[in-house]
Amino acid sequence: MTVSNTQPNPSSAATSEVVISTEKVNIFYGAFHAVRDVYMDIARNQVTAFIGPSGCGKSTLLRCFNRLNDLIPSARVDGRIMFEGTDLYNKQTDPVEVRRRIGMVFQKPNPFPKSIYDNIAFGARINGFKGNMDELVERSLKRAALWDEVKDKLKQSGLSLSGGQQQRLCIARAIAIQPEVILMDEPCSALDPISTLRVEDLMHELKQQFTIIIVTHNMQQASRVADMTAFFNAEAAEGGGRFGYLVEYDRTQNIFNAPQQKSTQDYVSGRFG
Amino acid sequence: MSSFTNESSSGSNGSLAIARLIDRIFFGLTCAFAVFIAVILLWITAQLFQAAYPAIAQFGLGFITTARWNPVEDIYGALPQIYGTIVSSIIALLLAVPLGVGVAVFLSEDFLPAKIRTPIAFVIELLAAVPSVVYGLWGIFVLVPFIRPFLNVIHQTLGWIPIFSTAPDIRGMVQAGIVLGIMISPIIIAISRDALVSLPPQLRQGSLALGATRWETILKVLLPAALSGIIGAVMLALGRALGETMAAAMLIGNAPRISASVFDPASTIASLIANQFAEASGLQVSSLLYAGLILMLLTLAVNVLAEVIITRFQQIE
Repeated sequence: MTVSNTQPNPSSAATSEVVISTEKVNIFYGAFHAVRDVYMDIARNQVTAFIGPSGCGKSTLLRCFNRLNDLIPSARVDGRIMFEGTDLYNKQTDPVEVRRRIGMVFQKPNPFPKSIYDNIAFGARINGFKGNMDELVERSLKRAALWDEVKDKLKQSGLSLSGGQQQRLCIARAIAIQPEVILMDEPCSALDPISTLRVEDLMHELKQQFTIIIVTHNMQQASRVADMTAFFNAEAAEGGGRFGYLVEYDRTQNIFNAPQQKSTQDYVSGRFG
Repeated sequence: MSSFTNESSSGSNGSLAIARLIDRIFFGLTCAFAVFIAVILLWITAQLFQAAYPAIAQFGLGFITTARWNPVEDIYGALPQIYGTIVSSIIALLLAVPLGVGVAVFLSEDFLPAKIRTPIAFVIELLAAVPSVVYGLWGIFVLVPFIRPFLNVIHQTLGWIPIFSTAPDIRGMVQAGIVLGIMISPIIIAISRDALVSLPPQLRQGSLALGATRWETILKVLLPAALSGIIGAVMLALGRALGETMAAAMLIGNAPRISASVFDPASTIASLIANQFAEASGLQVSSLLYAGLILMLLTLAVNVLAEVIITRFQQIE
């Protein structure tokens, strides 16, 4: 089951319902062609990992899923990214609405300079949450496996926590607004191994309810947490520069044990990247 | 200097000793500079206190609570000037804080392309360098004649409220406060903008990724995060408004009385000193310096307050 950059293969995630599907996605920064011709389907309630060497466009693609690339004026997306039947880059699609349904956790933990409580409550408040806020905060922190560590200091600043706790706070913040998909952009790259393990355990928990897409440089991490893995690679373009493309997208065990492409084999066995 | 550092990095014993010596000299030098500033501050305070002492001995704290300034009978009390200093500064802040923070937000966001934004920010910083006497002249000849009809409308419609009960002239408390406000807003704009621009971009991304709109992000994430910088800017601006001499002296009307109406002429400590110092003698000089001491304590109090507020907010950060 191989997906090359030219042949769409929608059956790759056929075992369960498709949440996000991309069709011939090309991403540009000004004249620079960053990502070429990506076709892929992301399955619901699974963890999908994007792996590949630096500059292969995996983070760039991830940031298209919640339209965070809109912040970069020169960024442009061609092709179609369908989320639950709507085209994310349709002119009528409101990026604010998209981001309420597709949450994100960043590479560096970025809690707001507010109390732990307000970090969680912020997203709910701006989304017009009318229920019991204390309950929501507690539930979100519990689901992010942070409650026991912070329950006595909810009024303290989110920045007073350790790096691993901050990242779990950011995960709690993301799940508090009940998104359908959570994008994680190298969420453990700034964390120590023990914190990393806790976040990975959390992903196993969270995929019961959310769809998770994670970009990672750590192949062991991908093999530990992901159901599906997409391998991206970068290639020199004619006329200078490099562009990223999707090489292979398959079940994680196939990518690591029986890859169809030689470059995937080389990458997962540590021969480059 | 560079030759020393090169030698010390080569690692021989002699150059290490030199490097250590330079370290100590540098330490001593910076220490001396720091002490120098503290000494100057204490010296000024002590001198001011000494020169003001005859008036302090004569009037005591009654100087702050009485409203008479009578060189003929040699009786002085600076309440109208203290009141005028504080009220004109508050009026200035009422205008300058919304204006300054608003412009700072506008210039820190990408509403305008960077090619236009950067020159505008530069011009605003230049505004902070315009001499206050120029602001005073501009106030008298341009701004106040322009806004006087509007102040008149306020007087005519809201004149039954005591603070608007008199017809505005060219000179008066509000007139001076408005010019002061325009004068101090570049400080607020420049420093608040720096505070907003230096926020980590992850903060904005984090907020937007939660489905916040641009305005929710600005009002609920970026401004609170930059608050300590903005408060610092406001306090610095307030310090300038309190101590501002020239523009206030030209516009406030220098009337040593407390009027219920903010359109009436008033007086500030700095304008009082500027107007009378050259011709004063004896107890009048001491009284002017006493008023100066009070102004200094007032500014000091503002700065300490700013420091307290900033540290309180930084604890939350």
